[in-house]
Amino acid sequence: MTTTIPLPVQDPRPWRRSLAGVSGRLGGALAVLPLIVVGIYVLVAIVGPMLIAYDPVATNLAERLRPPGSVLADGSTAILGTDGTGRDVFAQVVYGARTSMIIGAATVVICAAFGMLVGLAAGYWGGAVDIVLSRVIDVLIAFPGIVLAIVVAGLFERGLLVVIVALSLSGWVSFARLTRASTLSIKERDWVAAARVMGVSTISIQARHIAPFLVAPVAALLALEFGLIVLGEAGLSFLGIGLPPSTVSWGQTIAAGKEYLSTAWWISAFPGMALALLVIMVGLLGDQLNSRYQRGGAR
Amino acid sequence: MTDGATPPVLTIRDLDVVLDGPEPVRILDGVRLDVRAGRTTALIGESGSGKSVLGSTVIGLLPDGMRAEGHLEFAGEQLLGLSERRRASFRGSRIAMIFQDPLAALNPSQRVGRQVGEVLRRRGVRGERLRGAVLSLLERVGIPRPAERARAFPHQLSGGLRQRAVIAMALSGEPELIIADEPTTALDVTVQKRILDLLAELQRESGVSMLFISHDLRVVSHIADDLVVLYAGRVAEIGPAREVLRVPLHPYTRALAASVPSVHAASAIAEPIPGSAASPANRPSGCAFHPRCPLAQEICRAAVPELSEIEPGRFSACHFAEQLRGVPAAIPTEEAR
Repeated sequence: MTTTIPLPVQDPRPWRRSLAGVSGRLGGALAVLPLIVVGIYVLVAIVGPMLIAYDPVATNLAERLRPPGSVLADGSTAILGTDGTGRDVFAQVVYGARTSMIIGAATVVICAAFGMLVGLAAGYWGGAVDIVLSRVIDVLIAFPGIVLAIVVAGLFERGLLVVIVALSLSGWVSFARLTRASTLSIKERDWVAAARVMGVSTISIQARHIAPFLVAPVAALLALEFGLIVLGEAGLSFLGIGLPPSTVSWGQTIAAGKEYLSTAWWISAFPGMALALLVIMVGLLGDQLNSRYQRGGAR
Repeated sequence: MTDGATPPVLTIRDLDVVLDGPEPVRILDGVRLDVRAGRTTALIGESGSGKSVLGSTVIGLLPDGMRAEGHLEFAGEQLLGLSERRRASFRGSRIAMIFQDPLAALNPSQRVGRQVGEVLRRRGVRGERLRGAVLSLLERVGIPRPAERARAFPHQLSGGLRQRAVIAMALSGEPELIIADEPTTALDVTVQKRILDLLAELQRESGVSMLFISHDLRVVSHIADDLVVLYAGRVAEIGPAREVLRVPLHPYTRALAASVPSVHAASAIAEPIPGSAASPANRPSGCAFHPRCPLAQEICRAAVPELSEIEPGRFSACHFAEQLRGVPAAIPTEEAR
């Protein structure tokens, strides 16, 4: 009988291979931790509000400032305590996750789409188009994004759309810069030259021969920007110029708790922790995507 | 060029390509070239001689900062000075191009069939008709199991198959002229001959004219009808390929022929031409080849030799071309072996 030595076979499924690559490099389960944590956030944001009833404008002054774990008069347990007007902090954390996810996702998609269009145009055509667009980008970079967001958010009625627009105004710039730089190198590749030689239309070259190669770097930036935008929204809401009081936001809850920091720490602490953990984990996820892109980017 | 029976499809006279800058560089200087209908003209020269720039000039995609002046006539139409829109209408459908590295010339994110069908799709061919046309193109360039290969991504094909796919792309628009820029250089030696045979066969079949750019005299001797030798952006010699290879009328062509390693020689390593190739940016005075030329005299340093007709259909830009008449090349040429 012959003994067969099993050869290390590469898994043909690319997602398996890439997951294995990530975990192998950063050390086992720790590497997939950001993905798992962000996944839990997404799950909570989607499912949580369906399971927990919460009315942000209803107050219950009899049960105000209860510490975490208190049993309330109606028999329910306030796991994370209640705030200065007797509202459940846990419910606010869960509903706040949904708000942050909606604003983060919407803003980041708008920023990526607009930034990619601008960057692709500047990088592909160059010349005067590039000079004009690049100067606009330079000006917006020189200007602190959050200040611009505060000005815009402060000018208009508080609302979801205003917050998204305010955060998008400066958020697209990094996508435009990245796309422009990538386009400059991709357009020199032979298949782009081949497509031009074949007489393929400019739009088609941009859409089919350049844009697919922008997806990987943009995906990495998407995660990094998402964290910044969530933080930006919380900042606006904290300042009272973000979302209206009828919408739950971590920023508002943190702001509402700041007067009670010495007596009822849990009001600001739990949404703050939820915010910090999300931003850190999304950032790590972005770093992982980024290093994977750079490793595979040499093809 | 010799027989007036086949008119040229591409005629180039006094073509200059200048790279603008603080010190403008004349990359091509007074180039003359004809591609006869249904025939192959090979453009040969060392790297830096400007042969790829000539290809880009014909297709109309010169890099930024370069501009072309002179006479460039394709199928009776003067191409230089045409609007970009008119120029673009020639690409793919009337003039096509085959690139050196087939892997780089194919988009790695798109299936082979999709890319081969690009020109047809632009013409409005869709659905089953497009699929059928793509499959027959792939079959025509000798790709076995075309249906399967059309669904593959470029990295899943071998180098030879990829180059065949690139050739299918070039053929898809049924062009009158194909510019092949070193189409075999990136391929294995065993595959090179098959690709050359394929190109020759396709030419016989479809009657397409070909401008074949190469640095390899052996490759050129397989496929070329006419030969244009380029040195430092100037034409050194023009003539029918067989005659030029048998009796070169320019010392540079002679040196090129001598540098081809013969299978019969004791060493298969090429005999290098002494000195290094002159570049258009730093062209020697007079005849650009004089620092490396065994025949160089005082006149070669002083005067640029005119490209003149030494024998019918044979042009040489050498002051001593007359002396080279009837003197065979140092090495046995293809048919003498």
